[in-house]
Amino acid sequence: MSPVDASIRGHRLRAIELLPWLIAIGGYFGFGDYLTLGSQILIMILFALSLDLVLGYAGIVTLGHSAFFGAGAYAAGIYAAYVTGEPLSGLLIAALTAALIGWISGFVILRTQGLALLMLTLAVTALLAEAANKASFITGGADGLQGVDIDPIFGVFRFDLFGRTAYLYCLAVLFLTWLFARRLVHSSFGRSLVGIRENAARMHAIGSPVRRRLLTVYTISAALAGIAGALLAQTTQFVGLTVLGFQRSGEILIMLVFGGIGRLYGAFVGASLYMIAQDQLAKMDPEFWYFWIGLLLVLLVMFARGGILGLIDRLLGR
Amino acid sequence: MEALTSILFHGLAYAMILYIVSVGLSVTMGLMGFVNLAHGVFAMAGGYVTVILMNRYAVPFALALAIAFVALALLSVILERTLYARLYGASELDQVLFTIGLIFMSVAIVRYLWGPLPQPVHLPHALSGQLDFGFRTFPTYRSFLIAAGFILIALLWLGIERTRFGAQLRAAVDNRRMAESIGIDTRRLFSLAFALGSGLAALGGGLGADILAIYPGYATEYLVYFLMVVAIGGLGSLRGPFIAALLLGFGDTACKYLVPELGAFFVFAAMIVLLLWRPAGLFGRA
Repeated sequence: MSPVDASIRGHRLRAIELLPWLIAIGGYFGFGDYLTLGSQILIMILFALSLDLVLGYAGIVTLGHSAFFGAGAYAAGIYAAYVTGEPLSGLLIAALTAALIGWISGFVILRTQGLALLMLTLAVTALLAEAANKASFITGGADGLQGVDIDPIFGVFRFDLFGRTAYLYCLAVLFLTWLFARRLVHSSFGRSLVGIRENAARMHAIGSPVRRRLLTVYTISAALAGIAGALLAQTTQFVGLTVLGFQRSGEILIMLVFGGIGRLYGAFVGASLYMIAQDQLAKMDPEFWYFWIGLLLVLLVMFARGGILGLIDRLLGR
Repeated sequence: MEALTSILFHGLAYAMILYIVSVGLSVTMGLMGFVNLAHGVFAMAGGYVTVILMNRYAVPFALALAIAFVALALLSVILERTLYARLYGASELDQVLFTIGLIFMSVAIVRYLWGPLPQPVHLPHALSGQLDFGFRTFPTYRSFLIAAGFILIALLWLGIERTRFGAQLRAAVDNRRMAESIGIDTRRLFSLAFALGSGLAALGGGLGADILAIYPGYATEYLVYFLMVVAIGGLGSLRGPFIAALLLGFGDTACKYLVPELGAFFVFAAMIVLLLWRPAGLFGRA
């Protein structure tokens, strides 16, 4: 099969790609008390998906993706607390804010590579975290943002105590962004990103505007991460400084890598398993949870590059 | 004037700690190109060893520091031989993930062993109180830090510039293949440099325990600072990180002193601008 055929075949929707959605819809009826965890999982999938666009497809190693998640969370939270609790416009504001920050920071930091780039992604996040911490008159600082009241969606569906609306809301948003991301990675734009990841110099040579492409995907990814952050702010009705922390950037990286990067579905597998495992293990031994995650990560890098989906591929001999 | 001398003094003490912790990272990154985000872990571990030895077993400060240095240097060699060495030449992402894994594990371990709260530091009597310099008094502990920092820097400089090991190290950083082809065992060299760098980090963690609080968040909270010193100073040099540490020490202290409502915001912004201006660092080679 030629690469072109493979690319076309990849674009066609396969039956197995509907599996996550069937599980998610079934989960709505089956999760019961775990519906809140379900919403968290959906949010993390979206966040991991946004990271996959820059890391998996464009090959930008970033330690600061929580910058955009946090920016979106704070934008949506502040919008709800001070302007209006209408959720959909809140999502839009969050996406725009995160995209703007992504564009500005991407414009300056994507000129660099390697250690400098890694440092700069970290520094941008540290900068935002310090800003959120010090601007406590609007963000609430270290105490977190209070008073985030969200109106019913479309004025009809109110956020209930059991998290049913929140779950469906997150699911709908994730589904739409997944459609978008899927379309994106199979487009010629998406293919050119893979080209840049594999060999930026050659992409330059065949006339691809490398920097502009990277900046575009960085901005798009920031917007999606911002939406994920906004969903968290709206469904939990709270925003704390941890949304901008290094821990969160590290965790989302781990979720994605556990699932498998550059595969679109690594985010689904990795985020679900991570969140469920965290929920279960943290109950038994919350202090030691990070030890096992760290150990798994070390083992993964040593023995199982490609993550869970990569392992499955290898087992199936693909 | 009062404010200026205070900023200079505290900034210098802070810069010394940043430098002692980070200098090893600069050398190992310059030599092997390994993105070691877990470098701060060695500093944290050194801090814990020092403080626990002093608090629980009444070991004198200097001896505790020496034990921390030796223990972490040894531990780092074991880690380097068994784990790090497998990832030389691996992708940046793999190195980043591996070292994040180490950070998560170490954070969980210290939290499990010693709890989430910062460790209290009981400095020896000789180091508490104030020291009279004639025109004004300064805290003895920070004066000691500055003096210790300069002594360490002098030793480091002598070691790198005047010994055979130092000459080999400089040669390997300049051009590893050439150094190998004239018979320098760069693997052994790297293990030694790694051990020395980690030991120094441990020493920095212990020495600075009263400035950078020893708690489980140490390795992540100060990571940005350690990496900044290296990135801004430039890889593989001794002088670059020192200048960067001074900039960061003075800048951070001045910002927190003069505009506390903005905190470290300016420092981060300035560092971003510096890195954009010189992506390879002030003294790095592009």
